[in-house]
Amino acid sequence: MSTKVAIKKKKKLTKGDVTFSIINYAVFLILTIICAYPFYYLIINTISANDLSANGFINFLPQKVHFENYIQVIKLRGLSTAVFVSIGRVVIGTAATVLASAFLGFMFTQEKMWARKFWYRFIVITMYFNAGLIPMYLTMMNLHLTNTFWVYIIPGIVQPFNIILVKTYIESIPRSLQEAAEIDGAGIVKVFLKVILPTSTPILATIAIFSAVGHWNSFQDTLIYVTDQGLWTLQYLLYSYINQASSLATLIKNSLGTTQNMMALATQQTSTSVRMTVSVIVVFPILCIYPMFQRYFVKGIMIGSVKG
Amino acid sequence: MGNIGKSSTAVAVGQKKKFTIPVGAKLFLLVLPFLILVFLFSYYPLNGWRYAFYDYRAPLKLSQCDYVGWKWFKYLFGNKMQITQLLKVLRNTFAMSGLTILTSFLPVIFAIFLNEIKCKWFKTLVQTLTTLPNFISWVLVYSVAFALFSDTGMVNTMLQNAGITTNVVKFLDSDAHTWLWMLFWSTWKGLGWGSIMYLAAIAGTDQELYEAARVDGAGRFRLMRHITLPSLMPTFFVLLMMSIANFLTNGLDQYFVFSNSFNMEHIQVLDLYVYKLGLGSNGLSLATAIGMLKSLISVILFCVVNFVSKRTRGESIM
Repeated sequence: MSTKVAIKKKKKLTKGDVTFSIINYAVFLILTIICAYPFYYLIINTISANDLSANGFINFLPQKVHFENYIQVIKLRGLSTAVFVSIGRVVIGTAATVLASAFLGFMFTQEKMWARKFWYRFIVITMYFNAGLIPMYLTMMNLHLTNTFWVYIIPGIVQPFNIILVKTYIESIPRSLQEAAEIDGAGIVKVFLKVILPTSTPILATIAIFSAVGHWNSFQDTLIYVTDQGLWTLQYLLYSYINQASSLATLIKNSLGTTQNMMALATQQTSTSVRMTVSVIVVFPILCIYPMFQRYFVKGIMIGSVKG
Repeated sequence: MGNIGKSSTAVAVGQKKKFTIPVGAKLFLLVLPFLILVFLFSYYPLNGWRYAFYDYRAPLKLSQCDYVGWKWFKYLFGNKMQITQLLKVLRNTFAMSGLTILTSFLPVIFAIFLNEIKCKWFKTLVQTLTTLPNFISWVLVYSVAFALFSDTGMVNTMLQNAGITTNVVKFLDSDAHTWLWMLFWSTWKGLGWGSIMYLAAIAGTDQELYEAARVDGAGRFRLMRHITLPSLMPTFFVLLMMSIANFLTNGLDQYFVFSNSFNMEHIQVLDLYVYKLGLGSNGLSLATAIGMLKSLISVILFCVVNFVSKRTRGESIM
């Protein structure tokens, strides 16, 4: 038996192992390419000569690199507003929900609160039912939130799931920290700001990153609650660009006016080039942020799965 | 709240505290604004279900409209055209949810095989790039689909340049294999991310189990089959239960962005139907009635699934 163990431990790679590895690596390489290539394709096409890209010659490497597409697209009417709205909702929305989650998560650890358990359940149970799309729309209308910027922010401030995450986290922090601050005369709000917020940054960062991506990607609320073009988000604008190929062409003509005539074929805007360029603008923040914060994302789903 | 017991000592110490709001009430008042928000956006909308019992016309107030009782519910099951329409929508919903559940083992396989890759940087690269699509919106997925598969997209140009076809192949503006396409895109978006939880479960598996099995002469595949796979089953079970609970909810975004007049027959799932009916074609009351039934069935499904989970695993999924 003992000799057998020794042999097993120094096991050499058999032919089967090598074949398995090669196939395994190859399959994952293909899967990875399937996931990543579309993004690469979009990017190289937006920086290549537009006549080449329109004819499908740009598949692997960019050719005749230029950045005219980006310069022109930024001038499109509606785009700068949409960028502004999207960034606005990411910043304000994320800040609001992170602060609210932190505050509520903390408050629900305070045993002295009046009917604490009841109110906690009052919030948590909302994860499991949903009035439906039309009643939500009617609610927003009755509250005069439709066609306002705040429809992006206010309904999403209280997120039960995030509150559960923060509450669980704070319960794992030694209570003596809060007690020490209270002995020093700090009120509940001061304890929250000076003690709880700094100590729970890891969980808050996770919530912030998820919430920011959610806000950036959100499309449905514009679709349902907003008709005012001045409040369109980038996602919605992109959707309208994809779906209105013909009107897009006129839009390009109108906003670029006479300069277009003087442009060379290689830099002339087409509806394809505009679509792809806007897509890259929309996806760019995600491409930049995601690899940097990947461990936060992974951590987020882990804590989530524990608490389920 | 224990104040009586404390007050005597407080007096003894000579505290000069004036009468203030009790701590419990103060804490409650601090969270009250948020409770109001929860009430407004989660409970108050239920009040909108009243619209299902009225014949609502767009600009009017509800009080100006006729109360029609259960008319819409009867209409739903009494009108022949309506029944065919609803059956079609339900067929699509069931197909999409069914396909999703049938393919829910894919992330498990992905995780098990990715775990066999020992080269660390390659593993990280695969993980980063395959989880990326999960973090882009459905609009962007559609944009990617458009860039690759539209009439002037990459695939069509390639096919034509290679001389395989002379005609444009309609991938997006057609009703061919709509369900499979939808499944493809949701798998493209979700596969990598779906495997993350399983990878973590594998990482948490006791290494001694593997050692012991190896000593007993188990090969790679037997380790995968008898140790890795069973260790993933609890997570798999929870996620499976969740997807059963969400059987009627496919989400609006994906089906909305990919829908067009060609593929409506097979792409219109319940969520999309309610949206189109309620906000598109002014059938607000009927749409509310359908949405209401959907919400009620979903809650019941969730309770059933939760009960089953409690019975079989001794743990609820809430």
